[in-house]
Amino acid sequence: MNTALSWIKAYVPELDCTDQEYCDAMTLSGTKVEGYVRRDKNLEKIVVGQIVSIERHPDADKLIVCQVNIGAETLQIVTGAPNVKVGDKVPVVLGGGRVAGGHDGGPLPENGIPIKAGKLRGVPSNGMMCSIEELGSDRNMYPEAPENGIYIFPEDTQVGADAVEVLGLHDTVFEYEITSNRVDCYSVLGIAREAAATFRKPFVPPVVEAGGNGEDVHDYVSVEVKDTDLCPRYLARVCKNIKIAPSPEWMQRRLAASGIRPINNLVDITNYVMEEYGQPMHAFDLDTIAGRKIIVRRAKDGDEFQTLDGQMRKMDGEVLMICDAEKEIGIAGIMGGENSKITDNVKTVLFEAAIFNGPNIRKSAKRIGLRTDASGKFEKGLEAHNAEEAINRACQLIEELGCGEVVGGMVDVSEPLPEKKVLAFCPEKYNKLLGTSVTEEEMFEIFKRLDIEVNRKADGSAELVIPYFRQDLNCDADIAEEVARFYGYDKIPTSLPKGEATTGKLSYKLRIEQKARDIAEYCGFSQGMCYSFESPKVFDKLLLPAEDELRNAVTISNPLGEDFSIMRTLPLNGMLTSLSTNYNRRNRNVKLYELGNIYLPKSLPLTELPEERMQFTLGFYGDGDFFTMKGVLEEFFVSVGMRKQPEYDPKAGKPFLHPGRQALVKYEGVVLGYLGEVHPEVLDNYEIGTKAYIAVLDMPAVESFTTFDRKYEGVARFPAVSRDLSMVVPKEILVGQIEKVIRQRGGKLMESCELFDVYEGEQIKPGFKSVAYSVAFRANDRTLEESDVSAAMKKILNGLEQMGIELRQ
Amino acid sequence: MKAKLDRIRQQVQEQILNCDSTEKLNEIRVSILGKKGQLTDLLKSMKDVAPEERPKVGQMVNETRGEIERILEEQKTKLERALREAKMKAEVIDVTLPAKKNEMGHRHPNTIALEEVERIFIGMGYEVVEGPEVEKDYYNFEALNIPADHPAKDEQDTFYITGDILLRTQTSGVQVHEMEKGKLPIRMIAPGRVFRSDEVDATHSPSFHQIEGLVIDKDITFADLKGTLAEFARELFGEDTKVKFRPHHFPFTEPSAEMDVTCFKCGGTGCRFCKGSGWIEILGCGMVHPHVLEMSNIDPETYVGFAFGVGLERIALLKYEIDDMRLLYENDIRFLKQF
Repeated sequence: MNTALSWIKAYVPELDCTDQEYCDAMTLSGTKVEGYVRRDKNLEKIVVGQIVSIERHPDADKLIVCQVNIGAETLQIVTGAPNVKVGDKVPVVLGGGRVAGGHDGGPLPENGIPIKAGKLRGVPSNGMMCSIEELGSDRNMYPEAPENGIYIFPEDTQVGADAVEVLGLHDTVFEYEITSNRVDCYSVLGIAREAAATFRKPFVPPVVEAGGNGEDVHDYVSVEVKDTDLCPRYLARVCKNIKIAPSPEWMQRRLAASGIRPINNLVDITNYVMEEYGQPMHAFDLDTIAGRKIIVRRAKDGDEFQTLDGQMRKMDGEVLMICDAEKEIGIAGIMGGENSKITDNVKTVLFEAAIFNGPNIRKSAKRIGLRTDASGKFEKGLEAHNAEEAINRACQLIEELGCGEVVGGMVDVSEPLPEKKVLAFCPEKYNKLLGTSVTEEEMFEIFKRLDIEVNRKADGSAELVIPYFRQDLNCDADIAEEVARFYGYDKIPTSLPKGEATTGKLSYKLRIEQKARDIAEYCGFSQGMCYSFESPKVFDKLLLPAEDELRNAVTISNPLGEDFSIMRTLPLNGMLTSLSTNYNRRNRNVKLYELGNIYLPKSLPLTELPEERMQFTLGFYGDGDFFTMKGVLEEFFVSVGMRKQPEYDPKAGKPFLHPGRQALVKYEGVVLGYLGEVHPEVLDNYEIGTKAYIAVLDMPAVESFTTFDRKYEGVARFPAVSRDLSMVVPKEILVGQIEKVIRQRGGKLMESCELFDVYEGEQIKPGFKSVAYSVAFRANDRTLEESDVSAAMKKILNGLEQMGIELRQ
Repeated sequence: MKAKLDRIRQQVQEQILNCDSTEKLNEIRVSILGKKGQLTDLLKSMKDVAPEERPKVGQMVNETRGEIERILEEQKTKLERALREAKMKAEVIDVTLPAKKNEMGHRHPNTIALEEVERIFIGMGYEVVEGPEVEKDYYNFEALNIPADHPAKDEQDTFYITGDILLRTQTSGVQVHEMEKGKLPIRMIAPGRVFRSDEVDATHSPSFHQIEGLVIDKDITFADLKGTLAEFARELFGEDTKVKFRPHHFPFTEPSAEMDVTCFKCGGTGCRFCKGSGWIEILGCGMVHPHVLEMSNIDPETYVGFAFGVGLERIALLKYEIDDMRLLYENDIRFLKQF
């Protein structure tokens, strides 16, 4: 909300502070100032001058030479403006002065434009006459300004006066961020009331009287509200003998500063009252209203209605309409109809000030796709008493500005109006909540500033009577906030919570994730972050078959676009996209990891929350291979206390991985995830022009095997005996299978078995490979005898032979 | 005899001192002290010495032998040292050659900032917990005093799955989950991903992170909230950081505030970074609304609390001077390596 400080000062006349002081103090008391703009910024040495004579420039067809009386002297000024004539009063910048912008009205330069006395085509010119654009404004705000040329003042303007003053530009426009609870502050009066309370100055609102002639409005119009749930209050007044004319300058200037374009007295009055009171009003041409009857009811589904901007709009059964005896004439709280709009020929006006259901207006405006200044106010939920003040204020202005004659009385169709809320006064509670010791007297003084009445009772207790406009004050905590705001948030002391000690810690899950990050980074992987939502096309990119369960994804009903429309069921797309980004930026050796959730629906459409499973995803291209990735996983397992040998099952069945280079990762028979080389077709789909490897661990599965318990098992004191095993193995047997046999059969004495050679080639017969292991045996309590070792070796050898493995000597 | 011994000793000493390798030294040792060495020969010839002279002669021979061994040892040490010196001289390396590193990976700036925040609050006795990202309307809105028709619901641009299930727009729902557990007092922070339907640009992302904080206990005050968050700001942004609390409005806290910190670039004097104000807005906070406590079955007459919410990206962007939020989700290794 933007408002000129001069308008605020109209209601807080004693307000006296700098712009910055105002900004700081208002922000600290809760009316946040987002920023402010001085309207006279860069306007220096500008006075009202009167053109005494005009001559043609001797050397330029398009220039004229003017003698301009600026009071104390007469200046010669050369101009190219086409619109000036002798006798015109114009803004004149003196040499050494400054204007805000160029005459074309483009963006204003930060430091304005300096004006110097000089010569134009050889003729001395001692200043410049300005257009409204050069004064930093525009024709929207000063509609009387000519389209191209110098601004012309009214004839009665005093020559030599400060032109900036005359234009009302010695002012500052403040922009406020009003919080949604303070509906009353979406109005100039609301902000002024806060300003008065903040600066401890008297608040002087306009004195509003109902006024009106001896006639009765009920003889002009009747009102029936059919849907009272959506319209708890409807007020109507009538003004006749309307004379449309421009509104007075002071009103135009205030509206302009608020960003509202002045139009004519009638429109300006409704806009002015909307700004001043926060209550939108609508003006109908009473002569267009059939049966002189207003009916407020819901629209019918599918109704079409032409709003006063000329657009046809489709209604539905939840949109509230203002109707006359025959037809719809306006969308309640949003926009009036073309068929009842005010024209310059209007004679009699019906003013409407109503209270509409805020949420309904908000939703209707959204559905119709038409959000207006009025709907923006209504949707916050306006206060019913204020509507009466506002409509009377509008009528008062009609009279005061000579815009028409106000008919006596008001049509008032209202549900019972809310009564003033009464809250018990509980000073100890407020102080206890705030950690302060504000005295009762201080509190009473604050309440007085806020128009909160204090009713002291005989028993020493007191009640607080809340003014109507403070719909946000409902409980002790609300009152405590009022005390805090005006006592000063900055004066509240600082302390730390006392009470029972608590243990600060990460949850167990987070500890495991922290380990995963540590290990990944130790192994050279950097942490990426990817979106949780992605495109359903991802499944095709990853070659998932049509029937794959992972295609059952949670779908967002109102996504930002298809690319962000489903919640991911596997974490690969983010990783591959990131690798692709890096590859296409020619980054070499890229290793990334991510810890993020996947979202698995238990049923579709969702009836309960989906399962969120944390995935530890690793991906890289460049130096390294499948076994590099495998190494990272095993480092991680050891770091979280998983010291058993994981198993790798090549029948992983992942369509997005190379069929011969993929494996499930199992631990104690449970699948924890998978790893592999990315399928060449998938690499193509992601435009990655090199081999890439990925691994995914399902963290909930991993977590069940983790432990941070550690136990010392002693360091071997007796020597180990090692034996080498060299064998020729059918190609299809995996070393994992061989190792399994060695481990199973090696018995308690076997300490380790390490693969040290795998060879396929010339010396080995086709279909076979040579594999060599070093197996170590050790006992904790003695030096092993030859017989111990050979017994164990024999068992191993037997087992291997049963697999069709030949031993080489 | 003595003269003979002296002669041998002198002769050998000269040989030893002129010797320039350990091999030759060994040869000398053998030629003198070996089985067929001169001194050994001399000892063998003892039988020709008169018996009464033998002890004296024996002693003389042994002394000479000892002397020679000492010289030998000295020379050996000297030669070995020279040899090592020479070897090391040949082994001089260019220490300015590049380091061999185990190329460590890098944490995401969000995580670095988060771990900073976690460290601070864990130190103050807070537990780090989590809540669901896909959430029920009740936890995201209603239980936080944002009923169906509340304008705040629209303001948050929520992604919906069904009418009742949505992507959480704030981590504040974790407050409710923790309160419902009924274990008091509570001191927790809940970091996590949140979603709002904002188009991607330099300052917006449809997915970002918040850190929620909640303390529930008897006798908690707004002063405690101020003190806690001031401490947090000093830990995070530096000892000289000052804080400013401004009244604000959140449906689930009352009184509510926003906290600004002195600009850590200019220290509060005003600069381009803080748009000249000297202050940077950092978080929203307030005393838990009594109605929120009630809805989670906590008696507001006995228990009070405060809550706060911080935007993680906001902290990361400010602290590490990252000028475009999109960088956080592109995962360009050249970006990540800077953290």
